[in-house]
Amino acid sequence: MSLVQRYDLKVVKYFIVMASIYLVIGTTIGVYIASELAWPFLNDLGTDLPYFQFGRLRPLHTNIVIFAFGGSALMASAFYIVQRTNQTKMWSNKMAWFTFWSWNLVILLAIITLPLGLTQSKEYAELEWPIDILLTLSWASYMYNFIMTIHIRDRNKVPHVYVANWFFMGMMVMVTYLHVINNLSIPVDWFKSYSIYSGVQDAMIQWWWGHNAVGFFLTAGFLGMMYYFVPKQAERPIYSYRLSVIHFWALMFGYVWLGAHHLQYTALPDWAGSLGVTISLAMIIPSWGGAINGILTLSGAWDRLREDYILRFLIMSLAFYAMATFEGPVMAAKTVNALSHYTDWTIGHVHSGALGWNIMVASGALYHMVEKIFNVRLSQKLLGIHFWVHTIGTVVYIVAMWVSGIMQGLMWRAYDEYGTLAYTFAESVSAMHPYYAMRAAGGTLVVLGAITMLINIIITIRKSVREQASAQAATA
Amino acid sequence: MANKNGKESLQAKFEKNIFAMYLAMAFAVSLAGIVEIVPLFTNPDTVKDEVVMPDGSTKSLLWQRAEGQKLADWKPGDGVRPNTALELAGRDIYQREGCYLCHSQMIRPFRDENERYGHFSLAVESKYDHPFQWGSKRTGPDLARVGGKYSDEWHILHMRHPQALVPESVMPKYRFLDNTMVDGESIQAHMEGLRKVGVPYTDGDIAEAAGLVKGKTEMNAMVAYLQSLGNMIKFEDGVVYRE
Repeated sequence: MSLVQRYDLKVVKYFIVMASIYLVIGTTIGVYIASELAWPFLNDLGTDLPYFQFGRLRPLHTNIVIFAFGGSALMASAFYIVQRTNQTKMWSNKMAWFTFWSWNLVILLAIITLPLGLTQSKEYAELEWPIDILLTLSWASYMYNFIMTIHIRDRNKVPHVYVANWFFMGMMVMVTYLHVINNLSIPVDWFKSYSIYSGVQDAMIQWWWGHNAVGFFLTAGFLGMMYYFVPKQAERPIYSYRLSVIHFWALMFGYVWLGAHHLQYTALPDWAGSLGVTISLAMIIPSWGGAINGILTLSGAWDRLREDYILRFLIMSLAFYAMATFEGPVMAAKTVNALSHYTDWTIGHVHSGALGWNIMVASGALYHMVEKIFNVRLSQKLLGIHFWVHTIGTVVYIVAMWVSGIMQGLMWRAYDEYGTLAYTFAESVSAMHPYYAMRAAGGTLVVLGAITMLINIIITIRKSVREQASAQAATA
Repeated sequence: MANKNGKESLQAKFEKNIFAMYLAMAFAVSLAGIVEIVPLFTNPDTVKDEVVMPDGSTKSLLWQRAEGQKLADWKPGDGVRPNTALELAGRDIYQREGCYLCHSQMIRPFRDENERYGHFSLAVESKYDHPFQWGSKRTGPDLARVGGKYSDEWHILHMRHPQALVPESVMPKYRFLDNTMVDGESIQAHMEGLRKVGVPYTDGDIAEAAGLVKGKTEMNAMVAYLQSLGNMIKFEDGVVYRE
């Protein structure tokens, strides 16, 4: 019996295609707003229209890449992995389709409301309250269906739940928690509300959400992908079961504390900031535990990297993950944070995670699923192009932001020989120009890579459909 | 998976019972919030609203509003107060246009920041900020104490065409703020909403709001908001504002 007959995979296919479309849209908007910072006249597109200005489009960029692309990739892989590792169909295929349509409706509403300026003005939680409620329902259906699918497995065939499922479930639990608590607000009309928290408490709750959107949505969930697709693609068992247990629980317990490191030296009480930093430094252990577990899974099969581009995506993503999770604790350390906070270094750090880790591991996962589900090989040439264009684009992007971010921080605090501030703020802005241009160039490469992936996936799916049709015609 | 002594490990039990694992995860992820966030609501020192003056007396950092006083009776330095109707309209625009994405409102206690932007920010200064506008990025300068730094005319020209005044600026042009009037009714609804979450607006404040914003453009509102930033507390030498 083929894979498609044995499992509910149609919804997975839909999520795969949507993920690759959203990646193109989200990164394109990213390049556009990056270009606005380099060439501000781009804000004036359609004179006196606010819809294309940086402040309106930046939330759209983050929402599309995180929730539309990241979310679709997570849902595709969670539905795929939970069925395959538990050897059962979805608990409810109908509910999986509800998740698909409601999630895409959330994205559509985001695309409409954010350029209109309907926003809660909380970073990565900009969507107004009716959309938040829809998102909660969609997410709850995703979680419930996932857990019930594990629950109905045949315990004789699958006594233990496989590690990838723990990570997805950890993400589902925490994201529900974060999303609901951070978005509690009093509506004043259909598209305007005020957070029930204010000032320092609101700041802490917002960054508890902000950092754990990274820690759970973009890390725990994507580690779930890693734990399934790396061993599958390498055709080797995961390097260490024990390491995965330790780093899973360390991640569940530890990540949640980190939000406070976004608020050091602010009006947040020192004890909270210091607590956040202490655990941040310790987080290198679970983070590298995961990276090492993934990379060492290749022990004895390293030669496969020469041939297998999908595996290259997966392994390169882990290298970036290890790098970004080293950089994170460094930037959380008080003395470094005093310099790096408020600068573009932060943006660089986020993108070394987002471009290097998230897009790469998700691309590997999407490619793997397309080959399995449609039972065809992707264009290896296009895979190779995507891999190199994306890798180079990512490196250009993060190098530009490292250099300029540190420069920015140093300019702001520089004193001249008379003991007065050496630079005006405006001077630091004009010094950023070449780096903003360089960042836009790096981002453009990422967009080109994303377009390559979309084309490759579409062509491959069409080829598979044609082949199946002709095979059917031949047997008929 | 069994332990050395033959007993099944806790992890093995979780792996067999998904609901037990779910509860264990929910517990693990809750700890940080309980230790790190809950005390911010319960410990009164989090938002310190009183200081000891050099002569030993205590002074509230909040505006001590007398019965019957209007928001307009407040003078700079009188203490932290809610936004006026026009300022609130400006603040709504500040949120709508995503200003917080490029401008912080949180000055850290460093020499360079204090010289560039002014006295470091206090928690009490954003006590009525739902949600907070501290920001996380300075593509443009900090605005926590921009109030009173420039004239209203400067702000209007700057909002219309930032590069005309600051050639290096990468800020978008906000000419369109001149074309829209502030809606009094919705400002009243917004003040009602803020009152529900704890901002001390009086019935009188809300009743007069529509009249106060009548005939004002969004540009006027924006400028009023910017001019209100950072001058609510009068900082004095010899007073410890933050330990």
